[in-house]
Amino acid sequence: MSRYPDLIWRGLIPENPIFRLALSMCPAVAVTVNVQNGVMLGLAVVFVQVMSSCTVAIFRGFIHPRIRIPAYVLIIALWVSVVDMVLPVINPAIYEQVKLFVKLIVVFAIIISRLELFASKEPLIPSFFDGLGMGLGFLLGLCLIGAIRELSGTGQLLGFDILGFKPLLVMILPAGGFFVIGFIMAAFNYIEYKLTGKIPTSGGGH
Amino acid sequence: MKTFRLITIAFMAAGLLCLGASPILADFTKDGSFKKDKQIELDFGIPVDESWARELSNYSVYEKPDPDIRTPVEAAQLDPQRLRVTLTFKEALNQAAQYVVEVKDVTSGGKPIGSGRFLVKKSRASVMMGIILGAMLINNFVFTKYLGLCIFFGVSQKRETAIGMGITFTIVMVLSAFFCWALYQHVLTTLRLDFLKIIVFIGTTAIFVQAVDTVLRKVNPYLFKRLGVYLVLIVTNCIILAVPLINADSGYNAAESVSEGIGAGVGFAIALFLMACVRERLEVCRVPPTFAGLPIAFIVAGLFALAFLGFSGLVVF
Repeated sequence: MSRYPDLIWRGLIPENPIFRLALSMCPAVAVTVNVQNGVMLGLAVVFVQVMSSCTVAIFRGFIHPRIRIPAYVLIIALWVSVVDMVLPVINPAIYEQVKLFVKLIVVFAIIISRLELFASKEPLIPSFFDGLGMGLGFLLGLCLIGAIRELSGTGQLLGFDILGFKPLLVMILPAGGFFVIGFIMAAFNYIEYKLTGKIPTSGGGH
Repeated sequence: MKTFRLITIAFMAAGLLCLGASPILADFTKDGSFKKDKQIELDFGIPVDESWARELSNYSVYEKPDPDIRTPVEAAQLDPQRLRVTLTFKEALNQAAQYVVEVKDVTSGGKPIGSGRFLVKKSRASVMMGIILGAMLINNFVFTKYLGLCIFFGVSQKRETAIGMGITFTIVMVLSAFFCWALYQHVLTTLRLDFLKIIVFIGTTAIFVQAVDTVLRKVNPYLFKRLGVYLVLIVTNCIILAVPLINADSGYNAAESVSEGIGAGVGFAIALFLMACVRERLEVCRVPPTFAGLPIAFIVAGLFALAFLGFSGLVVF
């Protein structure tokens, strides 16, 4: 009975989409100059992932295996269009900054890979939790990178001044995103090494 | 012989582009062009009077879409041949826009010869070059817009595959940029279905990748074998969807959309090639074990991004 919490936990840490599976890196670097943007895009991804996982799980009997990829893409594109119309109403200011990436959720590898690996084989409820777990893992990753970059780049957190000075301006520049992800990935590897005694092979980078 | 022919073709193309640049509107108004970022030069067909040219209220300048917002002229200067007036403005002009300069009651030798209009815009060739260079270097899609990272890290392990991927990607990118533009401008906006653009663009891109795959399989099996796997990977590249979306959002025309596609494709190829060169060397380096693989690749990409920041000061035309 402990399967559902387990599915969520798996998406959060052991198979975290950004740091462990190394999927969907583009938005992870691009929108995370501060925490708000990360949260906004993360929530959008949670929604799209959960909804398309559920949709695919419901219709998995009807989708012919040979045309499954186009079918998945259309389902994702449908939910992304919904998010893209709802978000500007909720918070126009932040939407303006993450606009392009909300539309690009369609091509996020993490979503389609969960549909292919999980939702196309499992019934509705496990698919829901799997989608939720992966989405939350993505959200967690975005928030973590966003927090590190905002704090070190501007000395603020969630828009509130915390440090009172700007320690490392480079962090909010394009290059900073790559550095932060590189170091967090290395930290994840190091923790895994300390726990299990072996160096994990990182994801394919796709 | 071959280079000579290429140069001739290039000149002809440049000439054709210049022909389409600025139409002459009235017989004595010959040509208007941007000079520095605050100046516009007006060429007249006949000599005009200096007393007329000095009077600033004779000129009204505005950006083409909104005639009500005038751009104030600070100074006007006539050259000794009395054929060319240089207008100087307080603020820098937006060189991507089209300006209309209206001149009223022009006098020549004391006689009034009527009013006229100049249309001032950059030539199409320089607009296109600006877009290409912008997408390629200044706003490189990988290093400053962070798009297409999945493929960027996945394919940059070997130089040979990086080159193959770069070329294939550029071809597909240009084709799909053009067709997405055509679909968006002539089908979606006409039918007021532009909220469907995400679905339509991703569908078009997928069709194109599939089409190139099928055609190449028959036409050039050797090349197909070399590129086979990477062709299909292109669909999952964010850039291929981002470029049509950017084109649609900024209202580019066909030539500008294709330029953006070329710039994005070549920029991606450059990034891929540079990264592959470094990663081939990293193979033989002693990297700390926790950094081996992707983490070090990210840090290298960060250093490249820092280097590409240097292009941000580049002024294009």
